[in-house]
Amino acid sequence: MNQRRSIFLLSALVFGFAFLYVPILSMIVFSFNESKLVTVWGGFSVKWYRALLSNERMLEAAWLSIRIAAVTATIAVVLGTMAAFALSRFGRFRLRALFAGMVTAPLVMPEVITGLSLLLLFVAFAPLPLFPDARGFSTITIAHTTLTMAYVTVVVQSRLSMLDESLEEAALDLGARPAKVFLVITLPLIAPALISGWLLAFTLSLDDLVIASFTAGPTTNTLPMMIFSTVRRGLTPEINALATIMVGIVTVFVVTAGVLMARQERKRELEMRAAWQAAAAAGPRQ
Amino acid sequence: MSAHPDERDAPWLDPKAQPYVRIENVTKKFGEFVAVNDVSLNIYRGEIFCLLGGSGSGKTTLLRMLAGFEQPTSGRIFIDGVPMEGVPPYERPVNMMFQSYALFPHMTVEQNVAFGLKQEGLPRAEIEERVAEMLSIVKLNGLEKRKPHQLSGGQRQRVALARSLVKRPKLLLLDEPLGALDKKLREHTQFELVNIQERLGVTFIVVTHDQEEAMTLATRIGLMDQGRIVQVGTPYEIYEFPNSRFVAEFIGNVNMFEGRLVEDEPDHVTIDSHDLGGTLYVGHGVSAAPDALVWAAIRPEKMVLSREEPPGQHNKASGIITEIAYMGDISIYIVELDSGKRVRVTQPNTHRHADDRFSWDERVWVSWSDSAAVVVTE
Ligand SMILES: Nc1ncnc2c1ncn2[C@@H]1O[C@H](COP(=O)(O)OP(=O)(O)OP(=O)(O)O)[C@@H](O)[C@H]1O
Ligand SMILES: [Mg+2]
Repeated sequence: MNQRRSIFLLSALVFGFAFLYVPILSMIVFSFNESKLVTVWGGFSVKWYRALLSNERMLEAAWLSIRIAAVTATIAVVLGTMAAFALSRFGRFRLRALFAGMVTAPLVMPEVITGLSLLLLFVAFAPLPLFPDARGFSTITIAHTTLTMAYVTVVVQSRLSMLDESLEEAALDLGARPAKVFLVITLPLIAPALISGWLLAFTLSLDDLVIASFTAGPTTNTLPMMIFSTVRRGLTPEINALATIMVGIVTVFVVTAGVLMARQERKRELEMRAAWQAAAAAGPRQ
Repeated sequence: MSAHPDERDAPWLDPKAQPYVRIENVTKKFGEFVAVNDVSLNIYRGEIFCLLGGSGSGKTTLLRMLAGFEQPTSGRIFIDGVPMEGVPPYERPVNMMFQSYALFPHMTVEQNVAFGLKQEGLPRAEIEERVAEMLSIVKLNGLEKRKPHQLSGGQRQRVALARSLVKRPKLLLLDEPLGALDKKLREHTQFELVNIQERLGVTFIVVTHDQEEAMTLATRIGLMDQGRIVQVGTPYEIYEFPNSRFVAEFIGNVNMFEGRLVEDEPDHVTIDSHDLGGTLYVGHGVSAAPDALVWAAIRPEKMVLSREEPPGQHNKASGIITEIAYMGDISIYIVELDSGKRVRVTQPNTHRHADDRFSWDERVWVSWSDSAAVVVTE
């Protein structure tokens, strides 16, 4: 019985992992394929990576995507942190629930809808001052910011709610003004959440295809858009190589964000344990 | 027990003395819930004023209003004669030691203590000097470079104390300062606190729910219950002259006898108590309607055990010893009276030999003097 269960568990595990990672693994393997035929192994080579490096259009798209992702992540962290602060520190203001819902709505909104509505907005408001009149870098960045800000808000808010508010009060009590308290107490303590929020926003922006397709102008091509259009004309080992690089970048970022959050969690556990010990020491009164 | 009030100077008895902290009819509501209810208090320079009360009685909320983290719903607070409305925490001449200590986890012990001085923009050398001095007062030398999570509960408590004292505030608010310490260290630190207080001339307001701690530390105690101050007085007054059943039962142990006033003279009253199965004679007048329901509170150490029936017709009852606890200096006896009421009696152990001590199930008389009982009407 136990035996059978463990066999079942094991095969579920194997199939699960296989389902998730075999496609990616085969893509990585074939990116080192000598042959031009995607499905036939012709020996090891890095020539597709070299070809990639001389593909001007591809490099240009990559550079655009990275710039968009970096700017998006930075703005999203600033706005997301502000939203998280409003939600967790200003008590119960009016329309708080509505605000909370609206901030996090993009998490569950179908991307097609988000993309479409943003496109309509950009087209309608293009003549107004301050709005970008041509679609491209700025419109994609704005669109990505609305999407990723929601994620940052959630990450930062959960960190803020764990943060003991009396730390900020103690700093105020010791004579620090609110702005100073934010800079020297709050910010350092939520920094890990900000960094993981930034990394999360960066990766989300980097691999977004749907919203970018809606909000990009006719001549703008982000990397995912480029890959998509290339692949429609047939698979090439070059794309495999590019995708492998992207998998690498995303993995590094996501793992870093995960490690940061895990370390924060562990620290909190340590603090909790110390508090328990203190409580236990005080336990037997009289 | 602290000294008898006459031995210390007592500014609260001097009608000309200016209170350092004046709390006038302060009420704090959270929504519909009244956390602090119409509290008025005067606290004088150099006092150690203890706010004592059960969990949720509003002690922390009152402190937070003094520190400026909460605004009173109504009523006013003056510190050193200055009204505190609209004065933010960072501009009040007050420092607070938090119930949770609130040490900055990303800073070392030294940086934690120096934080307040840095905000004043003092020169580096002076900051270092004052931090070092304060750390030696609280005996934390050698731990300067540690982070809070590398400290024991007692050490953290001392860092928090040092951090709030180093700014030399005129008024220090301490929220359960000794909660995390074991009994030994707690007693030691209590003396330390009194020492520091006398040396630096700071006014302390200390929150605690430990009555022993309040008795040891306080010049005066304010006893809180459900947001109200129910009695203010020196430890001696609170212990010997509680003004209600709640106060009598909160501080120390007490035997409470319910009864009706049968004789009400200016210099004495007698009470017919079914709890006692007899009458009590109390050598002081009481302001209550004749035949009113009252309670006589008698401390265990003011009762006497004897084998023979004491003379007189009041203030005695017979019963059977059901429990004995030997505490070294004293013994505690639980006596079940013939009325069914259980009373607690403590007797000093003046003799070493056990020959004439009372034993379990022995029939005894419990009695007390005319001045032992305090009558309360609520
Ligand atoms: N921000 C708040 N919102 C709502 N209710 C509150 C708030 N702060 C305190 N209370 C309530 O007010 C009451 C008094 O709380 P307070 O913290 O002053 O108690 P306390 O006397 O310090 O108790 P303890 O000894 O447990 O620390 C409690 O019932 C508490 O639930
Ligand atoms: Mg409290």
